[in-house]
Amino acid sequence: MKRSRRGGYWVFLLPSALLFTAVVVVPFLMNVGIGFTRWQGIGAPKWIGLDNYTRLLADERFWASFRNNVALIVAMAIIPTIIGLVLAATLFDHVGKKFGPRTAGALRAAYYLPQVLPVAVAGIVWGWIMHPRFGALNELLGLLGMEPRNWLGDPSWALPSVMAIMVWFQIGYPVVIFMAGLQRVDPALYEAAETDGASWWRRFWHITITQIRPEIYVVLLTCTIAALKVFGPIFVLTRGGPGGATLVPSYFSYQNFFEKANVGYGSAIATVLTLLIIMVTVFFLRIQDRES
Amino acid sequence: MIRKYSVLVSLVVLAVVMLVPFVVVTLNAVKSPADYSSGGPLSLPGELYLDGIVRFWNRVDFGGKLWNSLLISGSVAVLAVVLSVLNAYALGIGRVRGRVWILVAFLMANTLPQEALVYPLYYLSKQVGLYDTRLGVIIIFTVIQSAFGTYLLSSVLSRFPPEILEAAALDGAGRWRALWQVVVPISRPTLSVLLVFFFIWTWNEFFLPLVFLISNDNQTVPVALGVLQGDKMMDATMSSASALLGILPAVVFFLIFQRTLTRGVTVGAIK
Repeated sequence: MKRSRRGGYWVFLLPSALLFTAVVVVPFLMNVGIGFTRWQGIGAPKWIGLDNYTRLLADERFWASFRNNVALIVAMAIIPTIIGLVLAATLFDHVGKKFGPRTAGALRAAYYLPQVLPVAVAGIVWGWIMHPRFGALNELLGLLGMEPRNWLGDPSWALPSVMAIMVWFQIGYPVVIFMAGLQRVDPALYEAAETDGASWWRRFWHITITQIRPEIYVVLLTCTIAALKVFGPIFVLTRGGPGGATLVPSYFSYQNFFEKANVGYGSAIATVLTLLIIMVTVFFLRIQDRES
Repeated sequence: MIRKYSVLVSLVVLAVVMLVPFVVVTLNAVKSPADYSSGGPLSLPGELYLDGIVRFWNRVDFGGKLWNSLLISGSVAVLAVVLSVLNAYALGIGRVRGRVWILVAFLMANTLPQEALVYPLYYLSKQVGLYDTRLGVIIIFTVIQSAFGTYLLSSVLSRFPPEILEAAALDGAGRWRALWQVVVPISRPTLSVLLVFFFIWTWNEFFLPLVFLISNDNQTVPVALGVLQGDKMMDATMSSASALLGILPAVVFFLIFQRTLTRGVTVGAIK
């Protein structure tokens, strides 16, 4: 059977087209639709137009969940990127050259290790360490003469504690990506700057940052999206508590879906979250486009 | 001289801080409850005590959870690679019409939050009898992972040397044979990176498996451990044992796949 050189390849897309329709397209459209209804998950959904969205705008918990999410973007994207840049540049430029690539590699592996954990397991590890009764953190602080705290149970400490855990979890990722990016930087650039007497900070600022800008964008984008989707650590550590102190949109929608049977409201939250993620993605792709 | 070492020392101190949680959890997982109550969480265990781990293992049937995780992650990895290859063959080599939009659709599917799919999937899977089955979770993650795989592999295959395909066509190979006997073997390195990533990403998933796998017999490792958090029956050493059992498989995979992972980590950065 002879067919034209092109054409006919679409057959290979068929299995995916079917599965995608069933698993992504239809559920996504259903979710958007359910967002316009009041529904308990059983019986017929009742169409209420934009009511869920007007309710969202007036819901203090909804706004609180986004404020907490901004805090998690700081903890999961911004702080790790800054620390990751300094660490990667130091490992590459200083440790790698003066103490050998093996030392740099070992340190990189140590920073990266938390990243291999399922994020829920990372939460379990820290839930144990921060446990008010038997955790190691309070014991350690006691030895240093500081007072113990209920890190995850105290409304004013819960969010900072979760943030600290997420910084620990995330740091290794930018370090590895940035070090890989630095591989392609021409060493002559550094040598020239060094002979010109540029300080380490100047070289860091003018060479490292500008040369690995694409990697910085990728890390910021992927980590921001990960922060917007964060669920596992919140579920494991605080369930959004105490008193909503660590509530995030993802967990807020889960609560409405499966604990309160407010399926319509949960769908509206999920739709808003989707829009937000699309906006962030488009924003980053735009900047990247303009740069190149 | 002092400066030279002060930077190294601070980096090493940071590395130690990063590793301390692993050490503390391990120390307490192999400590007897009596040892713990006399020495606290920071003491070294007086003797190697594995009873806590064994008791926890048996109580949650950890072997069963490991098997579920392996079965789900392994199946998803293989199936998602197959699906990605089929798509990428049509998009990257076949250059079917509208491929840019199809790729954008895959990319969108990859960034969608699972929260925006979860309730309809929950509802539909109940209708077709796939709720609370491992097969249901396998199907869902096969599609989600292949969205990323298609995107990545299409750009790799669009640079596939056409001479090789022409030679295969001259030998009388049809499209199907050209795919399995020419394209797949030559793309093996990329495919193996994808396979490892899909496996680990699926292993680490929490949200959808938590919703879908409610019965004990179907749960994966992270879900089983996550659901048990805050269980009143668990004392300090047993909680520690549970955390260690969550850490161990992840670290083992990391060690096994380290070379593939470091080769491909920048590839994964796009996700």
